[in-house]
Amino acid sequence: MWNDFTQQFWSSTIDGLTNGAIYGLVAMGYTLVYGVLRLINFAHSEVFMIGTFAALGAVTLVGVDSPQSGLALVGVLLLMALIAMAASGGVAVALERVAYRPLRKRGASRLAALISAIGASFFMQEVFAIWKGRDQVTFPRVMNKDVWFNIGSGQVRNDKVLVIVAAVVMMLLLDRFVNTTRLGRGIRATAQDPDTAVLMGVNIDRVVMTTFLIGGILAGLAAALYGVFFEITQYNVGFLLGIKAFTAAVLGGIGNIRGALIGGLVLGLIENYGASIFGTQWLDVVAFSVLVLVLMFRPTGILGENLQRARV
Amino acid sequence: MRRAYSRGLVAAAAASALLLSACGGNDNGGSSGGGGSSGGGTLSIGFMGAQTGPNAQLGINISNGVELALEQHNAKSGVKQVKLIKYDTQGDPTQATNQAKKAVTDKVVAIVGPAFSGESKTADPIFEEAGIPNVSPSATNALLAKNGWKFWHRVLANDDVQGPGAADFLAKTVGAKTVAVIDDQSDYGKGLADAVRKQLATDGVKVAVNDSINPDASSFAPTVNKVKPANVDAVYFGGYYSAAGKLVKQLRDGGVQGTFMSGDGTLDAQFITGGGAAANGALLTCTCSSAVGSSDPAVQKFASDYKAKFNVDPATYSAEGFDAANIFLQAIDAGKTSPSDINDFVSKIDYKGVSKQIKFDSNGELAGNLLFVTEVKNGKLAFLGDTSQAKPSA
Repeated sequence: MWNDFTQQFWSSTIDGLTNGAIYGLVAMGYTLVYGVLRLINFAHSEVFMIGTFAALGAVTLVGVDSPQSGLALVGVLLLMALIAMAASGGVAVALERVAYRPLRKRGASRLAALISAIGASFFMQEVFAIWKGRDQVTFPRVMNKDVWFNIGSGQVRNDKVLVIVAAVVMMLLLDRFVNTTRLGRGIRATAQDPDTAVLMGVNIDRVVMTTFLIGGILAGLAAALYGVFFEITQYNVGFLLGIKAFTAAVLGGIGNIRGALIGGLVLGLIENYGASIFGTQWLDVVAFSVLVLVLMFRPTGILGENLQRARV
Repeated sequence: MRRAYSRGLVAAAAASALLLSACGGNDNGGSSGGGGSSGGGTLSIGFMGAQTGPNAQLGINISNGVELALEQHNAKSGVKQVKLIKYDTQGDPTQATNQAKKAVTDKVVAIVGPAFSGESKTADPIFEEAGIPNVSPSATNALLAKNGWKFWHRVLANDDVQGPGAADFLAKTVGAKTVAVIDDQSDYGKGLADAVRKQLATDGVKVAVNDSINPDASSFAPTVNKVKPANVDAVYFGGYYSAAGKLVKQLRDGGVQGTFMSGDGTLDAQFITGGGAAANGALLTCTCSSAVGSSDPAVQKFASDYKAKFNVDPATYSAEGFDAANIFLQAIDAGKTSPSDINDFVSKIDYKGVSKQIKFDSNGELAGNLLFVTEVKNGKLAFLGDTSQAKPSA
């Protein structure tokens, strides 16, 4: 058991960080919406799923069917990312407009919004299941998976590095946005106290729309990276990932952007370490046990702070 | 406030209704199978298995075989018309129980299926109690025969043949000295993998890594990270094609080079689509035979009829599904119309099918134990023959 852990330490670490980065990108969407609206956006997993299909569409559009390199590769990756981000962002905004705003305008309880979220999630899943079929769909390989170097048992591969770097960069950009721009200040104000924010001249509707848009964009990037890394998608690919990502958001401190990424990375690491020690079938048990333990001793999560108190 | 509350309630009720309908399994009560008006009462045969869901292709191969058999039967003059009702379980054992109850209410006289071992375990007690004969063309878990069921049969050898056969093949023909055995925790996958593990130990082959994956997960990195340092000669996977494709791709990307071997659940073209170039060289066993490329004229006719009707070649279990339907039709043509009469007839049958000679022992097991090997060559499934003559290219 522990022997396996030490032997696989570096490979578990690298793979844990890679999976965790994807969790983190999706978790940031959950955490933002929760921070501003106190709503668990269950449909965010489908925003991600739609992004993966959009990324696949992008690849099919330009007719890529074999691994690219150099400038062509950069072009394909950018295209996948941009189209996925646009699709996911668009879906997120539409989701807000259709499923949540009417309830918010009528002062409905948060429970109604939660049910609406679940309903929207199933609705989008089924639409895609009927449209695209329920089978797994494969991406063509767009990038050759070259191993750059090894650290112990761990392979540092180009796609893993891409995923981790993209997630960290996006988190830094988002952090910058929320802390320095006017709209970002509006988001923080709404998270702190929506009524006073209105009095201070913050346009709540625009803030909420921006929140969903940003969450969607992040999910779209995660979707494009998922497509490049795992090379598959399916109508229900968002389900398991969404649960894990939300767990990551809670683990890191719900409402905290840095916490979402940290939570994601930590979750990815715990899953892989747990699997190396106990066997892969225990992966989920270990991950959720750690979640429970962390929350027992630190109920606000690892980083603990909330969106409204985010400092520059 | 009150208005908002009641509107919220309506929204919640509507959403819950949506939720419940989405949770309910798909059932296709569609019927098909033959023209002509029914003269004097139509009998119904049910197909039970996956028509949608992650491993649906295996179920579709069978239902196609059954449809073809019924169509050919109903076209003959002077025979009782037989209708096909399909029960889609998505390969899920929990949905199978609902579908089985539905089949009993629909008064089918026989069932081809259930297709998978997990769903057989949950649905067959219902058929046993209702007295409906069922023949599975594909469920290979060995424990199914040990339940003392009188109405259950299968037309292919079980995993007590497939598991040891595959292990022996790895030990003797492939010459592997160390093997990693992975399963997907399903009744079928774990049962098969355990049989392989046991036989490998008997054959003196070291099982260096044992692991169990969640087939719905996207990342099998923990498994790859266990297998890679062990430097195994071969990796055996007990499970279905959608997970197998992801697994083999991640293994190869992770630098694992040993031979990849798996069972009949993986034997599908979608394994190759999912695995891409990584699937090449994989060895897949089945106690089912391949109808394509046979020298027997009856099998060739089946293959060309199938291709003409469905525009694809018959695939894994198509021939077994065809044969299972035909033995029921033989019973019906012999004048048996009640489920118990059909069961008696079928239990004693000795029938040359397009897949193999079909004869059952007292448990409902097929008498016969050939194991066949297929290799993935250049993105296509290449049938190698039975384990005594198959020669993999690597």
